[in-house]
Amino acid sequence: MTVLLEVTNLRTEFSARAGLVRAVDGVSLQISRGECLGVVGESGSGKSVTFASIMGLVRPPGRVTQGTIFFDGCDLRGMSPEEMRAVRGRDIAMTMQDALTALNPALTVGEQLAEVLIAHDETLPTGRAARHNAIKDRCVEMLGLVGIPSPDSRLRQYPHEFSGGMRQRIMIAIALACRPKLLIADEPTTALDVTIQAQVLELISDIRAQMGMAVALITHDLGVVAEHCDRVMVMYAGQVVEEGPTDDVIGHPRHPYTRGLLASIPRPAMRGQPLTPIVGQVPNLMGLAPQCRFHSRCPLAQPSCLVEVPMLPVGPGRRARCLRLEETA
Amino acid sequence: MSLLQVTNLSKHYEGRLSLAQRLTGGRKSVVRAVNGVSLYVNKGEVLGLIGESGCGKSTLGRAILRLHEPTEGKVEFDGTDVTALSPSALKAIRRRMQIIFQDPYASLNPRRTVAEIVGLPLALHGIASGDEARAMTTQVLQRVGLQADQIDRYPHQFSGGQRQRIGIARALVSNPEFIVCDEPVSALDVSIQAQIIALLLELKQELGLTYLFISHDISVIGYLSDRVAVMYLGEIVETGPVASVLDNPRHPYTQSLLSAVPEIGAKRAKGRVRLQGDLPSPLNPPKGCKFHTRCPLAIPACQTLAPVTQTVGLDHFAACHRLEEGLSLLESAR
Repeated sequence: MTVLLEVTNLRTEFSARAGLVRAVDGVSLQISRGECLGVVGESGSGKSVTFASIMGLVRPPGRVTQGTIFFDGCDLRGMSPEEMRAVRGRDIAMTMQDALTALNPALTVGEQLAEVLIAHDETLPTGRAARHNAIKDRCVEMLGLVGIPSPDSRLRQYPHEFSGGMRQRIMIAIALACRPKLLIADEPTTALDVTIQAQVLELISDIRAQMGMAVALITHDLGVVAEHCDRVMVMYAGQVVEEGPTDDVIGHPRHPYTRGLLASIPRPAMRGQPLTPIVGQVPNLMGLAPQCRFHSRCPLAQPSCLVEVPMLPVGPGRRARCLRLEETA
Repeated sequence: MSLLQVTNLSKHYEGRLSLAQRLTGGRKSVVRAVNGVSLYVNKGEVLGLIGESGCGKSTLGRAILRLHEPTEGKVEFDGTDVTALSPSALKAIRRRMQIIFQDPYASLNPRRTVAEIVGLPLALHGIASGDEARAMTTQVLQRVGLQADQIDRYPHQFSGGQRQRIGIARALVSNPEFIVCDEPVSALDVSIQAQIIALLLELKQELGLTYLFISHDISVIGYLSDRVAVMYLGEIVETGPVASVLDNPRHPYTQSLLSAVPEIGAKRAKGRVRLQGDLPSPLNPPKGCKFHTRCPLAIPACQTLAPVTQTVGLDHFAACHRLEEGLSLLESAR
């Protein structure tokens, strides 16, 4: 498999009145064609900002200050805003967590789908009537693809006329309209009920298989990752702390944070046994010292952990950011 | 002997009519948020209430405490008929029945300090005042894992997990016996969620509390409940001991709900039931069995006849027309 997206040493900073917040600090990642990468982390771990940086969607006071982003051979950081706009929506598409705020309440679903096609699709016919019909047909096709019944009539409806699961499907349809090479799905199911969540995730998996598209699935739910992703990347306080093939990472986590996260998930099979939550809270990202960011919550922490820790190889295709790896082997 | 006995409880909300509708003799639309629910909670037990959003589980929790006045039905708490109490008697019994809310941001008054928020029940019920109240407040805050010197801070100075601890302290301060936990961990991150669950279980052990634990997360419910009730569109479709319901779900809705949960670790042993469509609107619920519009096992009888609750195992009940046939969606999807 060839590499589709390669990000090296990305750093994104926000300047707040109280100081500089490094939301993403030295993140490197790769996504191959057709692969599904799961990105896991708690709120504030930098997972959404990482992908917003890749899409060029970080706005002041936020700034990407360091790192390279190569997508399909092109340097995204070196692109002008116009060039970037041509890539976004056509080659890389993103779905947002909250479909109700991401969709425009004043436009019909059909109008919002057509926007993407008009902006990016150069294969549309030029004659007015033919163009209109071609767009209409594509919109109907996309809504049908994401499983919305009677797409023809629903195109004329507004977002508020759809349920939460349907809105998420519409956003996926808009994202897929130009058959992107990479879909970034930012918490696509967090706002949804579990039976609807299963429907939406299976839809993404089915379409990925059909179109050979790569997917970056941002989530805080390790269960979702376990079922849908080839590889997983765990983020903590703006850094990647562990990455590798999903089954290996979940079956045998090496970083103490990943282990803590897995031990924190209540499961019916663990009834009567005490949960072992991670103590304390995520550190404030403002003015962090160059040292292991997890050490204040880590059961294995030693004074020698108070140094900057690089990602260390722990097996085929696996790396973890920890100095106590022999203790977690 | 059960501590809480709910019999045939309903909560209906009536819609408003516009002037034109009133003049033309239009009829009010009625949302049957909770419809004829019966359940019991034994002393010292955790009853887990699962259901998707909009199924009426929070309304049920609040109707039990009469935070929302029930439309019909009876709630008995420790032998007292709560639904028949006068306002003053209700206030007295509320000291023994408390609630923890879902959203730790919206449920704390931003203009009051923690001491004021947590101390309010003490003043309301005339339990303590002045220094004594402050000492009790400090004690309960320390018990839920906050520092004594944080007592004069405002809610915005705390993180989400700490705020939920404040909400728990407020519920505990009047020394209740029964607490409705309305999705207390849904708004929290996984590592913080585990801290709060561990705290709630410790408190239950230590103080002999009884919980009605409302959640949409089956893993959480399965981990901490003794018995489970599954709710769909205002009705309880299945109830029973946690092991029995999770290992041997009998109602097709419970079966599909369980199979939709993503699993970690071992590859899925059972097939997945793909449920079609969304939850129907409670404004215009389907006739007959309310689940028939999404049920893969539905037969014509399901469209007209509401199923009766039947015993399917020890203390395990389900309401479905097709129970006798012993059908399982999980088997057929395998």
